[in-house]
Parts: sequence; structure tokens; C-alpha cells
Amino acid sequence: MNGWLAPGTWNVALVGATVCALIAVSVVRARRGAHVPVRSFPPLLALDRAVADAVAQGRPVYFVAGSQDLDNMQTVAALAVLRPLARKVAEAGGRLFVPTNRSLVMDNAREICRRAYDDAGRGDLWRDDWVAYISDDHLGFVARVDGLIARERPGLCVLMGFFASESLLLAEGGHQVGAVQIAGTASAVQLPFLVASCDHVLLGEELFAAGASLEGDAARLGSLRGQDLCKLAAAACLVAGSLVATLADVTGAQPWLFLRDAFLNVFRAG
Amino acid sequence: MSGVKQRVPQIILTVVALLLIASAFVARPEGSGAPFGQRLLAFADQEFATWFSILAVFAFLLGGLNLVATHLVKVRDRGPDRYYSLVTLVSFLIVLVIGTAKLGGPPGLQGDVTAPGSWLTAVFDAVLSPLHATLYSLLAFYIASASYRAFRARSLESSLLLASALVVLLGRIPAGRHLTAWIPEPLAFLRVEELSLWILRVPNTAGQRALMIGIALGVIALAVRMIAGVEKDPRSGGDGS
Repeated sequence: MNGWLAPGTWNVALVGATVCALIAVSVVRARRGAHVPVRSFPPLLALDRAVADAVAQGRPVYFVAGSQDLDNMQTVAALAVLRPLARKVAEAGGRLFVPTNRSLVMDNAREICRRAYDDAGRGDLWRDDWVAYISDDHLGFVARVDGLIARERPGLCVLMGFFASESLLLAEGGHQVGAVQIAGTASAVQLPFLVASCDHVLLGEELFAAGASLEGDAARLGSLRGQDLCKLAAAACLVAGSLVATLADVTGAQPWLFLRDAFLNVFRAG
Repeated sequence: MSGVKQRVPQIILTVVALLLIASAFVARPEGSGAPFGQRLLAFADQEFATWFSILAVFAFLLGGLNLVATHLVKVRDRGPDRYYSLVTLVSFLIVLVIGTAKLGGPPGLQGDVTAPGSWLTAVFDAVLSPLHATLYSLLAFYIASASYRAFRARSLESSLLLASALVVLLGRIPAGRHLTAWIPEPLAFLRVEELSLWILRVPNTAGQRALMIGIALGVIALAVRMIAGVEKDPRSGGDGS
């Protein structure tokens, strides 16, 4: 292996492999029938009621899968939420409109929605133009979507995925027509805006867990368990690292100094 | 057949993802005598980005065609939004023609379509840029209305949010600093600018870091699910189980 590993990457490879292994083991255990308790997410609990209310009022449901392409994991996570949402709307007999600003996202979203309506036995309701490509330009996209929201007055707006400045423009557009707003993003900079302007928000990592939580299949729930184990390990490492660093500085003893250097080597960035 | 439709995309996804992940950790090959594995990973790292760019060109075509088809149908059906659709179609065609023909700019395949004096640059400067600025300026009003709703002290959490926002805001303006300038030096940490800095550096940074660790783990978990074929794939119709 000498000469194969790029310089300065062994620690990232080690931590990454450990995290992947923990998640993979959890998935396998869940597939074999291990019970995986998952806490409920209030924004997702509100989804059923909001869909039912919107359809009862004859108002459409809007879903925006962020402003990035399929190479962004937040977009993939958003599409994982779209699948169960589309099914809920289809079962209620409502109209789901999905404006997109990337054509590959449009193509995938259309397939997801068409399949969800078919699975719910409401394929007759579905129209392909309910998933539309608007524009790659994010402000052009917002202008069109806000205009549609103002004219069509959706009863529920779901904003999931990566957002930049358009998060607040979209969320306030929905608020002005009295729509219930459920959002989720892992963009730390935009979270405060969504928290301020939406009724329910999935914070950070919850976005990546939302699809699995809504559909509840064992393997994907298992990966959530693995994620939690990794978080527990990260918290333990943070506490242990702080203790070791403090003891090394206070006592100056060789074993603590050695441990502190080991911690710093494993968790150094880049 | 459906088995093939499910498995082929999944195999491509798994192989490409593993190659790209491995290429991030393997040293660059030096000379043609490097092992095949190293050369393969270096090739994957360089070439897959190019392939993605080529795919993106087709994605633009897909988007453009969909846009034209959708709005043509709306104009044909004389729906309530047909005038908006007409404006969209006309704008799309004008920009497409002046961009493709490189009107007003250096001609030829190598000619810069955004060169000064080109019509496309004029459209950008005179139309698109002011439209962007107009829309962007709405944020100021939206932030005010969203903040007003968020900062109403209806619960313990929103009261804490209100109090910390007030301290940070006061700490950022000269008038706020004058408010607590009378606090003696030994208690200077109670001055509003110091409290503001503390909020930003300690609880805010701690929260952000916790969020980033959670997000990173979420991304890795989703990636593992996709590579292992656990995540459902809408294209293949697989259930992922």
C-alpha cells in the first residue's frame, strides 16, 4: 500500500470508513429484523393534516426541491420526501405542482410523481405539466413561482433542499396567500430565514432522514440508527478530546501529550 | 427486463461512486510506470467531471425544450396565463437568437458571446440585472416581516430568540455600545458589544458545529444508502429493499 495513499488523507479515510461501516452494519441489522426506534419529526406529522386541508379547500400543494441539481445531496434528499408526499396528495385526490429550476430534477420529479399517482390508483388525475421546468436562474425561478403562488393560492407549500437567497422570497410568497409552509434544508445560512417564515422546519440532518422516516422501510430506518451511533461517537470523541487536551496542558505528562497528539492527528482537517 | 432496468443504473451508480471516492484518497500516479489501479482512479477523477459537463449540455436542451413546449400549449389553449407564457416565449427566442448569432460581438465559434458591446451583454445589463436587483431588494421587506413574526415573545424559546437577537443587534451599532459604555472595566464582559460577541462565538458557533456534524453524517448516510442500493430509485422502479 506504500505510495498509494495520497498524503494527508489517511485520517479522513479512517474516520470515513468507520462511519460508513457503522451505517452499513446498522442497515444489515435492521434488514435482519432488529427493531429501530425513530423519533417522530413534527414537520412530517403536520404533513398529513396540511395535505388533507389543502385538498379539502380545493387548493393545490406546491413542492420545491431546492435550487440545485441532482449532484447535490440535499436535492436527492428532497426528492426522497417528494415520493411519499406525492402519494399522500394522490390518495387525497389533490393536485401537486412541482416547479423545478434544473431539467434533470424535473425529469426525476416527474417520474416520481407519475409513479406515486399510479401507485395510489389515481393515475387518471396526473398531468405531466404539473412538474415544470421554470429557469436555471434562481431569481427568475423565484419570480415565476411567487407569481404562480399568488395566482393559484396553494394550501400547502413544501420547500425542501438547498436554498440560497430564494428561501425567504419563496417562503414569504407562500405566507402571503395563507399557505401552510413546511420546509427543510441543510443550508445553515438559510435555516434562520426558513425558521422565521415557515410553520414547520426540518433542521439540517433531519432533511436527510425525512424520506426514510416517511416511508419507514427497515433498511433505510437502519441507516438512521447508524447515523445516531455516529453522532454518539462524535460526541464521545469531542468530550474525550477536550478532557485529554485539558489534562495535557495542565499536567504536561507524557501519556496525555501523546494522547492529545493522537487525537489531533486523527481529527485534523485537510 | 425490469430486473435489468433496476440493476444496470444501480451498478453504474455504485461503480462510479466507489471509483470517485477512492480517487480522493489515492496518490496521483507519477509517470506511465504507475500501477494500473492508480492510473484508472486518476482517469476517473479527471474524465468523469468532463462527462458530467457533457450531460449537463443535454440537460439544458431538455429544459429548454420543456419550457417551449409547456408555454406553447398554454398559448394554444388560451389559458388565463397565456400572456405571461407569450412574454416568456418571445423573451426566450430573442435571447436565443442574439446569443446564438453572436449579434454585436466577435463572430465565429471562438467569439466571446459576452464581449463588451455584444447584444447579449446589453440584454444582461439593461434587462436581467435590473430585474434581479428589483427582486433581490424585496428581501429587505421580507426579512422585516418574517423577523416581526419570529421575534414575538410567545414562548420561552421565542423570548430567548428575541433577547439574543436584541443583544446582537445592539452590539453591532454604535448607539448600542454607548448604552452600556458606563459599565466599569472589571465588568466589561457585561457590555453589550462583549455579550454580542460571546453569543456569536460561543452558543452560535457550538450550534453551527453541531449542525454541521449532523449534516455531514446525514450526507454520508444517504450516500451509503444510494451506493448500497437501499435508497429507492424512481427511474428503475426498484423499491430498494
